Amino acid sequence: MPAITFIHSNGQSERVEASEGESAMLAATRSGLDGILAECGGNAMCATCHVYVDEAWLERLPAMEDGEDALLDGTAAERRANSRLSCQIKLSGEFDGLVLRLPERQV
Amino acid sequence: MTATASSAYAGNGVPHLRVDPFAMDFFADPFPTHEALREAGPVVYLDTWNVYGVARYAEVYAVLNDPATFCSSRGVGLSDFAREKPWRPPSLILEADPPAHSRTRAVLSRVLSPTVMKQVRDRFAAAAEARVDALLEKRSFDAIEDLAEAYPLSIFPDALGLKPEGREHLLPYASLVFNAFGPPNVLRQEAIERSAPHQAYISEQCQRENLTPGGFGACIHARVDEGEITAAEAPLLVRSLLSAGLDTTVNGIGAAVYCLARFPDQFAKLRGDPTLARNAFEEAVRFESPVQTFFRTTTREVELSGARIPEGEKVLMFLAAANRDPRRWDQPDSYDITRRTSGHVGFGSGIHMCVGQLVARLEGEVMLSALARRIATIEITGEPKRRFNNTLRGLDSLPVTITPA
Repeated sequence: MPAITFIHSNGQSERVEASEGESAMLAATRSGLDGILAECGGNAMCATCHVYVDEAWLERLPAMEDGEDALLDGTAAERRANSRLSCQIKLSGEFDGLVLRLPERQV
Repeated sequence: MTATASSAYAGNGVPHLRVDPFAMDFFADPFPTHEALREAGPVVYLDTWNVYGVARYAEVYAVLNDPATFCSSRGVGLSDFAREKPWRPPSLILEADPPAHSRTRAVLSRVLSPTVMKQVRDRFAAAAEARVDALLEKRSFDAIEDLAEAYPLSIFPDALGLKPEGREHLLPYASLVFNAFGPPNVLRQEAIERSAPHQAYISEQCQRENLTPGGFGACIHARVDEGEITAAEAPLLVRSLLSAGLDTTVNGIGAAVYCLARFPDQFAKLRGDPTLARNAFEEAVRFESPVQTFFRTTTREVELSGARIPEGEKVLMFLAAANRDPRRWDQPDSYDITRRTSGHVGFGSGIHMCVGQLVARLEGEVMLSALARRIATIEITGEPKRRFNNTLRGLDSLPVTITPA
């Protein structure tokens, strides 16, 4: 089971246990983490599960599709080069230790 | 109405129920029947209309997220387009499957994207403030006509780019569309019998020359120039916004106001922290589920939670029942504006999930935020009257009196 770390915008970090194949968004909301809204429930439609992927991990994530790319232009917080939607990050054992930073706001 | 499962099983483990989820007495109080449907089993069979039904969260979610097995192209109402001529030309997005659906969906997703919402946000918020100004003048009013209808009517038709004349057809047309998903009952028959003038208005407004530049409608037509859709497809995609973009938000906002008026502790909480407005609206969508049901049609024989459903069968998804399934939600019958609402199926789920959900949330958020900041109390001063529709749940009138903050 992969465990991932979310770092809140105030610097506090929170470790979340994820199930194999689950998205980072679902792992976060299931464990009650604040800072991920996921209004659309993981359907890549709302851009409210925005995260900044730790540079060390960025290249290891699968490339984003056009839909996610377009949605990231509409995030509430600034879009950066390492911005992703956490509902599109499917977790498996190889992502054990993944670090995701949370933006200041999702809406 | 009794909601007893008969002892006779179909032989495939599916309990038969004799409830009519499109009857007036059901609409008046659907909750006991929703519970009976959920508790009867993961999949049920409704003898009244000869359809399968799912009312638990897990099965509703599963059906919504398997569009290859549970298709939309044979209609998302009771009528099976493979056997019966649709009452209007099918929607290119709602009543379509991949790959055709993927192309049209991408166009509407882009027209109603988070980026576009940022652009219209200030305008929508200013209109909400103006509406609350008018309501504070009145003090006593009908929260449906003067708020839940008046606010979306003051922004959405303009945002779409409709001309001022003829807008009185918008709500009757939407009501017709949602009644038509139901069975051939009085609601559906009467709606279709009276449909001609509304349909004529709608098809006229969908034409490129009748849509103001810069509006959502014109933006859809602009995709023709990019080669993403054909000139013949664009008006039908505009029609989707006219069908599903207004009555739904009317009922969503109506639901939210009805909740806040009924549960003063929640309104007090919202007044204490108006940033909860967006979630208060979202929770109202879960709690009341303005869109109650949709159908799918099986493309093959399928086993769902132990039940075998043959090919070509209609499956009725009770979105509202799933949104109050105790297997998924803590205290499902409580309206709680701090609830984690992510995952509710009030907007559906999967590839057909409401493409206008961001418009709905924006309207709901800015209106509830304005109410929270400027109003101290909302009191219901008369018997609320329910409006009956085969798919939509909402009120016809809600007399209230407000006091300023």
